[in-house]
Amino acid sequence: MAETVFAPWDDPAEKPLIRFRNVTKQFGSFTAIDDLTLDIFEREFFALLGPSGCGKTTMMRMLAGFETISGGTIELAGQDIAAVPPNKRAVNMMFQSYALFPHLSVYDNIAFGLRRDRKSRGEIDARVAEMLKLTRLEKFARRKPHQISGGQRQRVALARSLAKAPKLLLLDEPLGALDAKLRQATQFELMDIQEKTGTTFVIVTHDQEEAMTVASRVAVMDEGRLMQVATPERIYEAPESVYVADFIGDVNILTGTAQASGEAQFRVIWDGEQTPLVAASSREFHDGQACHLAVRPEKVSISAERPEAAENAVQGKVLDIAYLGNLSTYHVELPGGQIIKAQTANTRRISRRSFTWEDPVWVSWSATAGVLLAE
Amino acid sequence: MQRVILIAIPYAWLLALFLIPFVIVFKISLSDIALAIPPYTPTLDDGVGPFFRALDFENFAFLMSDDLYWKAYLSSLRIAVISTLLTLLVGYPVAYAMARAPEEWRATLMMLVILPFWTSFLIRVYAWMGILSQEGFLNQFLLWTGVIGEPLTILNTTTAVYIGIVYTYVPFMILPIYAALDRLDGSLIEAAEDLGCSRLQAFWLVTVPLSKNGIIAGSFLVFIPALGEFVIPSLLGGSGTLMIGKVLWEEFFNNRDWPVASAVAVILLLLLIVPIILFQRNQQRQAEAEG
Amino acid sequence: MTRLSWFNVTSLTLGFAFLYLPMVILIIYSFNASQLVTVWAGFSTRWYGELLQNEAFLDAAWVTIKVAVLSSTIATVLGTMAAYVLVRAGRFLGRTLFSGMIYAPLVMPEVITGLSLLLLFIGIGLDRGVLTIVLAHTTFSMCYVSVVVSSRLMSFDRSLEEAALDLGCSGFDAFRLVTLPIIAPAVISGWLLAFTLSLDDLVIASFAAGPSATTLPIKIFSAVRLGVSPEINALSTIMIGIVTVGVISASLISKHRTLRQRQEEQAAARAA
Repeated sequence: MAETVFAPWDDPAEKPLIRFRNVTKQFGSFTAIDDLTLDIFEREFFALLGPSGCGKTTMMRMLAGFETISGGTIELAGQDIAAVPPNKRAVNMMFQSYALFPHLSVYDNIAFGLRRDRKSRGEIDARVAEMLKLTRLEKFARRKPHQISGGQRQRVALARSLAKAPKLLLLDEPLGALDAKLRQATQFELMDIQEKTGTTFVIVTHDQEEAMTVASRVAVMDEGRLMQVATPERIYEAPESVYVADFIGDVNILTGTAQASGEAQFRVIWDGEQTPLVAASSREFHDGQACHLAVRPEKVSISAERPEAAENAVQGKVLDIAYLGNLSTYHVELPGGQIIKAQTANTRRISRRSFTWEDPVWVSWSATAGVLLAE
Repeated sequence: MQRVILIAIPYAWLLALFLIPFVIVFKISLSDIALAIPPYTPTLDDGVGPFFRALDFENFAFLMSDDLYWKAYLSSLRIAVISTLLTLLVGYPVAYAMARAPEEWRATLMMLVILPFWTSFLIRVYAWMGILSQEGFLNQFLLWTGVIGEPLTILNTTTAVYIGIVYTYVPFMILPIYAALDRLDGSLIEAAEDLGCSRLQAFWLVTVPLSKNGIIAGSFLVFIPALGEFVIPSLLGGSGTLMIGKVLWEEFFNNRDWPVASAVAVILLLLLIVPIILFQRNQQRQAEAEG
Repeated sequence: MTRLSWFNVTSLTLGFAFLYLPMVILIIYSFNASQLVTVWAGFSTRWYGELLQNEAFLDAAWVTIKVAVLSSTIATVLGTMAAYVLVRAGRFLGRTLFSGMIYAPLVMPEVITGLSLLLLFIGIGLDRGVLTIVLAHTTFSMCYVSVVVSSRLMSFDRSLEEAALDLGCSGFDAFRLVTLPIIAPAVISGWLLAFTLSLDDLVIASFAAGPSATTLPIKIFSAVRLGVSPEINALSTIMIGIVTVGVISASLISKHRTLRQRQEEQAAARAA
């Protein structure tokens, strides 16, 4: 793959910037983080993704120093940071609410951290100017936070947390308060700034699209545990569990039992009436083991006749059609009651839809289209 | 028609029982004392022309020349300013701790601050008489601990007046500051610490400036009534404690000099206008900032 | 932030000790058998008994309660009207003067209010007694009522009144059937505030009262000027007790009501 130009996690010689070792965090009897081990490398743009309450915010707050650790260690650049208070850590945070000081101007907000370091006036001036330029806020330096727009506030928060040139920048749902259009533009801006400054970013988000767009690696979390840590492509194309497959994007999950049928090839016996499905898998299954076949809708084709070459094809009828503009999703009901989603791209502007409700159709996919999962 | 009646009734009431009495006070402050009933001259019975001709600023000139009044005004101002600062000193930490207390305690703590409001002001001041007197509880306690060898004289001094004012008005200080601190977004403090502030620095640079409006509101709420206070200096203060409210009372009830009492009231009002306008402006600004 | 630092615990403890210790001491010593107020001589309810024999205090208490009930009721009506005018009546001639007259009494030193009212009563030849105290108390407490009620009026959705008008109510009916039930809690707390202000007031009552009527605060004031007395301690304890029970039960009732409302909302949400 092309992006392996930057893949320090694959290089055993590389030293991680942050190292979680068997970290546990308990709030009373509730376990927020459960024996979690994770390495994050320098210059990474790392995303913690999960539903609310999965522990991602707790992880971030432990890095910032606002939560103590119940067990295990967190190292930053080789040093245990448990005893270092937040104001002494080379870590800065961009808060979800932005937490801009309402009584200070944009300039003073950005200069706030620099002043704490007792830097000279000249140095502060120069650094703030640099930050204002980076975030295109030069014109707003004298304004108060309530006198600028939401997007500008977001950039002030970013500039303020970057001003001290931290080793690590934490971003807590940084784009959550922006509307959809602005959010997309800002995602690229964030990536751009991350690249320019070379800072390690750890972002917390519940928005999978955002995580996929910006991050070099994504950690999917659930109930205080890491479900999978990998590049966006691998998370999407090679999920390691039904949870991850289901959490990221749209997916068809077919449940059955596995039966070996050649080198890295399995048959999935599922609905008794149907011919078994064929799936390639590097993961081993013993005969009769329960398994789930996860197939993304865009990898499923829909046709009126049974396609000759298809390795897997089942018949059903169109139940629902969701027209999304660029795509159309067909919900096809199989005789056994399961529903398979198939997606087609609307590449031509004026064309008659080939299928309509209640039409009998075939849905088909190749042996390598799906991922065979044990759980 | 309904609307006219609705406006007219409270309007008329306030005109008759609030505004007109002030006009009368102002008029009497320009009159002369007389041995008559009512004890001043002129009255409208004298006819309109002579009535206006007889009004003058003599009483104000008298207040200027007699340094008793000067001293009373200045000492009222000083006592009001110092006790406002003391109230802030006592009230701020309590308000701060309340805002930091667990959510489920706060309603109870609020009620505990408000409860003294509802109990008689007079009784609360009176309670201190038993504590501060020569053989009072404070002296007994201090003698018992051995901090002092002989009883302190606190009652009937200005110190007792300070204690009384702080005690009765501290809820007025706590509530607006608490309201400001309660609204304060906790992530602002975390942001300040994240950017390198120690706890104390974060307090000075973020918490205090952001509770400024509460501090200002609380200070006015203490300062304004303290300036015209009568009960506290007359029960806890001694003859050495000069406060204008007490002077006015004595001028009226003891000396029966209504014109001078009225002039004292007019000047007290003038003294209060500046802080009241400032207070009003602060409240308005705050309302706009929230609105 | 669930645990308080030692600093915060200390401030709360000292702060509330400061607020409550004087009253606690006063209450304890009201049960003192001794005539000497600072020497403990055993438990006794003697002073309560003597208090109940004291005709002058009982008369004054009766006058005080009469004045408080009358003045707070009139003040609530006038104050609610004034609040409605301030928030809903729009512009009219002299609106600034009107709102000035509502807010000024709140910051006016009591000695000035009292003096000016007394001069008015003498000017128009009104005999000083219960009536004049009621007039005086109504005037300053209606301003407090109107502040309490207008803050509630401002926060409530005007479209409710408009809906009532739209459905055929007259302006007065809309007020009676829609506005009043909604602002009722504020009106009630306005009344309670006016009532306690009246019970509490010494300075204005001293100016407005004549020889024919004396209120309890005036009586207490003239008694305590001479020093601390166990009888006054007993009287104070009774007054503190009444207020405490009143305030606590009022807050429990309102707490209970919000709790029940929340439960009902939750039940409705589940049912939906």
